[in-house]
This record gives sequence, C-alpha cells and structure tokens, in this order.
Amino acid sequence: MKPKNQRLILVAAAMVAVLVAVLLAMWGLRDRASYFYTPAEISAGKAAQGQTIRLGGMVEQGSIQPQGDGVTIRFVLTDGEGRTPVMYRGIVPDLFREGSGAVAEGQLKNGTFIADTILAKHDERYVPPELGNLVAEHKAGKTLER
Amino acid sequence: MIAETGLAALWLAAGLAALQFLLMVIALRTTLDVGRTIRAVAAVQGALALTAFVMLLLVFARSDMSVALVFENSHTAKPFIYKIAGAWGNHEGSMLLWVTVLSGAGACLGLLSRQTHERTLVAALGAQAALALGFYAFLLIASNPFARLLPAPPNGKGLNPLLQDPGLAFHPPTLYFGYVGLSVAFSLAVGALLTGEVDAKLARAMRPWVLGAWTLLTLGITAGSYWAYYELGWGGYWFWDPVENASLMPWLAATALLHSINVLAARGALKAWTMMLAVVAFSMSMVGTFLVRSGILTSVHAFAIDPQRGTFLLALLAIYVGAAFILFAVRGATLKEGAPFELVSRETGLVVNNLLLSVILGIVFLGTLYPLFVEAVSGEKLSVGAPYFNAVAGPLALVLAILVGIGPLLSWRRERRPVFKQLTVPALLGVTVFVISFIVAPAMGVLPRVGLPVAMFLAGASILPLVGRNPLRAPIATWGMVVAHLGIAVSLVGMAMNAAFTSERLAVVRPNETLTVGPWTVLLKEVTPTAGQNFTAIEAELRATRGDGIKVLKPQTRYFTDPPMETNEAAIDTFWNGQLYTVIGKPDPSGGWQLRLWWKPFVTLIWAGGVLIALGGAIAMTGRVRRQRRRKPEWRKERYA
Amino acid sequence: MSRAIRFAPLALLLIVILALVWRLATPADTTVSSKLEGQPLPVFQLAAAVPPKAALETADFATGQPRILNIFASWCVPCISEVKVLQGLKRRGVHIDGIAIRDRPQDVAAFLDRNGDPYERIGADPQSALQIALGSSGVPESFIVDGEGIIRYQHIGPIEASDVPKILKKLEEAR
Repeated sequence: MKPKNQRLILVAAAMVAVLVAVLLAMWGLRDRASYFYTPAEISAGKAAQGQTIRLGGMVEQGSIQPQGDGVTIRFVLTDGEGRTPVMYRGIVPDLFREGSGAVAEGQLKNGTFIADTILAKHDERYVPPELGNLVAEHKAGKTLER
Repeated sequence: MIAETGLAALWLAAGLAALQFLLMVIALRTTLDVGRTIRAVAAVQGALALTAFVMLLLVFARSDMSVALVFENSHTAKPFIYKIAGAWGNHEGSMLLWVTVLSGAGACLGLLSRQTHERTLVAALGAQAALALGFYAFLLIASNPFARLLPAPPNGKGLNPLLQDPGLAFHPPTLYFGYVGLSVAFSLAVGALLTGEVDAKLARAMRPWVLGAWTLLTLGITAGSYWAYYELGWGGYWFWDPVENASLMPWLAATALLHSINVLAARGALKAWTMMLAVVAFSMSMVGTFLVRSGILTSVHAFAIDPQRGTFLLALLAIYVGAAFILFAVRGATLKEGAPFELVSRETGLVVNNLLLSVILGIVFLGTLYPLFVEAVSGEKLSVGAPYFNAVAGPLALVLAILVGIGPLLSWRRERRPVFKQLTVPALLGVTVFVISFIVAPAMGVLPRVGLPVAMFLAGASILPLVGRNPLRAPIATWGMVVAHLGIAVSLVGMAMNAAFTSERLAVVRPNETLTVGPWTVLLKEVTPTAGQNFTAIEAELRATRGDGIKVLKPQTRYFTDPPMETNEAAIDTFWNGQLYTVIGKPDPSGGWQLRLWWKPFVTLIWAGGVLIALGGAIAMTGRVRRQRRRKPEWRKERYA
Repeated sequence: MSRAIRFAPLALLLIVILALVWRLATPADTTVSSKLEGQPLPVFQLAAAVPPKAALETADFATGQPRILNIFASWCVPCISEVKVLQGLKRRGVHIDGIAIRDRPQDVAAFLDRNGDPYERIGADPQSALQIALGSSGVPESFIVDGEGIIRYQHIGPIEASDVPKILKKLEEAR
C-alpha cells in the first residue's frame, strides 16, 4: 500500500474514532450528568421524574423519622419556600442532622425523593484542599442489596 | 534562625534559576559554550532548594510555633512522623516540595544526562529553570512557608486526625515526584523544539524520566485509591472526584507519552505526537495542581475558595502551557516525519494506543470541567460523576485493553507473521469466561460482563512476548512491559469481580445477634466505649466465620475535639479470595446498632494490579538505564558547530 | 502538519483558561443563601435559656449599637472552640447574645460552666423555630445585627480566630 494512501486511512480512522468519542461524551454529559435542584424548584415541577438529580436544602426540624428496619429514614428538605420529602436507606454521614444543610443525590418518584447518596455539609476549614470533595462531602454511599 | 536560613536559601535558589535561564538564552543566541556553567548552576540551585526544604522539615520536627505554618498545621502532641509529614501536608509546604523536586530534577538532568544533544540539553535546563522561576515567585510572593508568627503561641492548631494516617501522609510526595518528573519531559520537549533536534536520541534521553515519573504516579494513584477505600467507609475505590481526576489525567498523558517515546526511539516516527504529549503531560500536572488548590471544583456547598492562590497558579499555567503550545504551533511544521510503516505494524498499534489514551484523557478532562463550563454559560448547576465516566470512558478503556494484548506481538514496520494465531489461547480463555459468566452470574452489569473476559484475554496475551523464547535472554525492558501489562489485567479482574460479586448487608443488629453477608455469618458480640491518643470512640466487636475459624473485627466510630469531627473507622480483614469490610453506624432506640457489611471477592487485585504496573515500570527503567550507562558520556566531548 | 492541527491545542487552552478565569472571579455560593442580610430581625420573644440569666427578644437589638447574635447548643462540638473566640471578642467590647437551640437549661448551664460564658443574654429555642426563621442552616451560626435591629451579616460555621478581623470590620460597618 502506498504510504500516502495508508496515511489517509490512518487519519480517516482517527477522525472516525474521535467523532465517535465526542458523540459518546456528548450523550454521556446530557444523559448522565446530575442537575442540581432546590425544594422550591421541585415543588414547581421543574425536575423530571426518574432521572438522577441532586437536591439541596436544609433538613426540616422534627422531620427525621427512622423507619422500622432501623436503617431507613424519611425526612424533609426545605429551602424556606418548598418542601420535598426524602427517603434514604443507609448509615447517615456525621453532621447530618435537623437544622443542618444537606445535599441528596437520587431520583424523584411520585413526589418523594429516593436518595442514593447523602452529602452533609462539612466545614471545609477542617479539611485541606488536597483532599477535596472526598472528605469534605463525607458521602454515605449507594446501597446494593444482594 | 532556621526559618530565615530556609528563606534565604529559597531566594538564592530563585536567583540562580534566573541565571540558569539567562545562560540558556545566551547559549541559543551566541556561540558561547555554557555547558559546564549551566550544569553547575543547576546543581547549586537544586542544592539550595533542598536546603530550604530541609529547613522546613527541621522547624516542623522541632514544633517551632513561631513559624506560622507550623502553628497552623502542627501540634506538640503529634507523633513525630506526622510532624514531619505535616511539613508537606499544607499548601505552602507542598509548594516548596514541588519546587524542590523541580529544581532537583533539573540538577540531575544536568549532571546525569549522557546521550543528549548538547544544545538541546542546555535549552532544556533553561526551560526547567523558567518553570522553577514561576513557582519560586509564587512561594516568595504569595505563599511564604517561613513566615513568622510573633509572639509565638504555646501550641498549634494542626491535629487533624484525617491527616494522621500513613497512606495519606506519604501519598502526596509520591504523586509530586511523579508530576514533577514529567516536567523534565516537558523541558526536554521544549528544548528540542527550540533547537530543532527532535529525534530518537531525544526520545532515549526522555525515556527514563518519563518511566520514573509514570511509575511513581501509578503508585501514588494506587495508594490514594486504597486510602479512600478504607478511610471513607463505604467500600468504594474510585469516585471520579476532581481531586482524583487531577492525578489520573497526567497519568493518562504520561502513559501515552511513554509509548510514543518508544516509537520515536525505535523508529524515529511520531515526532509531533511525542512532543505534544510531553507538553500535555506536564500541563495536566499543572492543571491538576491548580484544580486542587484553587478550590474551584469543590462541591456545590463549598464556601472557602482562595482566589489569590488560584489566580497565581492559573497565570503560571497560562504562561507555561501557552508558551509551549505556541512553540509547538510555530515549530511543528519543521518536524520531519520518520520511517514509514504499514497498516498492520507495531507503529500503527501504538498510534491507536496514543489515540485511545488521548481520547480517554479528553473525556476525563471534559467531564471534570464540564460543570464549570455549563455554569459559566447558563448558570445551571450540575455535577458529573461515575455514571458519565463509566459509561463513556469505560468501553473505550476495554477496547484499549484488548489492543494492549495484541500490540506487543506486532513487528515494527510491517507485520508479516500470522500474529492472530498466537492469540487463540488467550482469546479462547476470554470467550470461555464470558460464557461461564452467564451461567454463574446471570445478573451481571454490562461493564463487568465484558470486562472480565477482556481481562482474562489480556492476562494470557500479555505473557506471550516471553513465550517461545528463552525468557532469561529477553531484554529487561520486555520483562517490564509484560509485568506492567499483566498488572493491567489483574487490576481489571479485581474491578470486574468487585462490581459483579460484592455482597452487602445493612441492618440493625442487637448484641448477640448475627447478620450474614456472602458466605459469612457475623455476630455482634458487644459495643463498648474506648479511647485513643486524641479521640474517644465506640467500638463494636464482631465475630465472623464462614465455617473454618472465627475472625474478630472491631470497627469504630471516633470522635475528635481538636478540630471537632467524627470519623468512621471500618474494620477490614483480608483473605486469599477477598475482603470482609465492616462498618458500625448509629445506635437504635431498641438497643441495636446499624451494621453495614460487605464481602468483596478478589477486590485486592485492584491494587495488586496497580503495584504490578508500577513494578513493570521500575523493571523497564532499570533495563533502559543500564543499557544507556554502558555507552560513554558524550557531553564531555561534543561541541556544536 | 496542517496549520489547523498545530494551532488547535492553543485554541483549546484559551477556552479552558477563560472558563477557569470566570470561575475564579465568581465564586460558588452556599446551598442555603442568606436571604436575611439587609432585612430586619424577625419578631420574637424567647424564654430565658438559663434563668436567672436574661431572656432574649427582638427589642433587645434596638439599642443603637451593633450586636452579635450567636446560635449555639450544648451538644454542638464546634461551639466549644468558638466560645474562646467569642470571649476574645467580648473582651474587645463586643456585645454578644446567644440562642440555645434544642437544649435543656441544665445542659446549657453545664456547657457555659465548662467552656465559659461570653453572652449577655441567652434565649431558648427548643424547637429551632427562630433558627429556621433566621434562615440558619446549622450550628453554630452568627448574625451581626445593627443598632436598629437589621441583620447586616450572616456568618456560617464557628467564628475562628482568623475570622475575627472580618467580624470586627462588619461590626464597624454596622454602626
């Protein structure tokens, strides 16, 4: 094969590969990124059901209700304008308490937010920037039941 | 006194860096021979920076509270080893470490390089000095590690329990040596672009540096992943967090660079790719440093950004990377292509490898910065996490893994032999595993379902370069390649097993009750209060068995007062076929405790694989360096025309 | 190599730098924004948290002098170190009032005994009703209220020694 043709093939293949990757990335960003909403926006119906989103607000006083199995809780996130009921199964992070800020990541189902992950507000003055989100967010993770 | 010595040494080092840069300019513009002088200057600069760093270590070792940095980050009650680690466990100290390694690398480059074009080496030393200058300026103007705090307070603030951990204390230096090692590749590339001497010799000069930096980066990332796994308390090992991505991106670029260098060294081809990758790799190091320190990508609820630091670093980044890219754009046209190669050849394989790695790097880079772009343009807040990265980069990584098995078997220039025959055994292995997986685990996710067979294929294929020849006669570098590629396969197996076969249980358990997870039955014996050097805790005693003997695990929740925080200490027990991971949660009004248990089969393979990859790099480096040293040093006699 | 490919990396760098510059210039805001800065204090009248120490009500803030309103609790761990800083401020002549949320008198008294008492008055907010009305998202949190009862500044988290200069500046501005 002539070097010129061969180079053409390589360049064409490279461009196809890059195009595929770009399309894949664009799909990924649109479909898999997690948008951030406040309870007011949820009440106004701005968030889609069934899509993974993040919800941030303050844990309403008196709203934390442990459920029968001891590891699930229900509580309400509020921002002064809207209220969204949340359900979470797992060990809550320290610093998650009533009257404190929290961000939940999960999906809206029939008006209740089913949280996979809870990030409680953590004063990052105690955490050096090198550790970034990992510690500052103090995640409590997804549950998989097998 | 010690602090002032350190500061003085730092100023002197900065002055010498300026001189070093000047010498390069002189060398490029005149016919003066600055070879000996510039090497001497580089050596002394390195020594001075090292002196400054040692002074910092000393003030920390002595808990000298009159130094503001020691006050902020240390405490007399800290164990000695963490007092030392505290020196680099903060912004100013770690920047000083960064600049020390930078100038030290420059000194070694000057003193130890034997097979490099003299003009290029001088230019590289000048580039290295230019890099150092920016960081010296940053340190001396905006982040003085030796600033005094008078009157000296009696004790310090820094007893942060999270930093008193061996993994975390030594993980940053490992990463820094990696990041900064890439600066040498950057400088050599810049030097070569300036002098026009981009050839196989340059590639051979860059190789040991890239290998060394890459090996350390691999170790640093592996260690960081394991730290997150056992410290954060829920069994995850990679979160696609910006801080993690900040270390992954230089690694991806360095991996591509490593392979590109091999092509340039062996065949004189891929000049442009190699130069660009060398620039990109260190640029990623700088981007990573910037992202982590400026705080712009911390979470949605961050409220303490340091714009001043961020601005300075961003300016440095813009200047260095911008200058290098401009140089590449201007000089790129003069890079003559090397020997031609056919479609089915090792060169093509490595070009595809470069391409895939660069694309994955682009995907990670895009995902990391996307929230920023979106917010700038539309004000919308979103986060990009594992769902994106796994879905987009995952498949590409698996394609790459398959190619890693095939590539090393191809010949340079033109593959004539039926290579694919050799691969029948590994391919069969992969297919068998794929089929079995449907029987053993019908409900497996797509990524592990495909990943496991690919990993098994790669495991078999990676040793093929040694099969059919006398292994003891094979070049050491080939051994290094085999071990590293095998390490990839091992790591992939671990990831697939972890994703597919992890069992988890979460429930409230009262003392003397049991909970089962996987093959294990775990009994909660009791929960008692306990205390440590600077914390109080509640500790659960768990007795776990799967039929042969009882293992005792003691997970804790710890409470610290200075600074106030609560941490979860998982209790992990490692067995030949997996890890039992236990976490204790909050108490229940009924007298029970939340208990979360995982059984993770073969999860340790993830990090064992990482260590293997690094080992492969170390082996390859020994091989290359030994071969290089056998040739006589040329710089003592080479003069440029 | 075509000119486009050679200059592409530079173009990309420019875009990235611009985005990063933008981000540095406009830092992210907190999840729960302070809607009350510039607003008057909500009308409230709290019982004394630790009798016979004085109770707290809105009128106590119309003294003509700026005051700090500090939300704390005996079970709040970061509050322990904050007390020292508050006492430093008190020594400088700053007036500080406290609201103890979801607490019992005996626990608050024990907390003050153990750690010190920088407060002139302490009100009891057992249901955190006032805390929510103030838009406070956690504990501890402090508000600088000017002499006419208008909230001028909200400080989230404990006031640390490094925050003192800013607090003093805000107090000056509130005069």
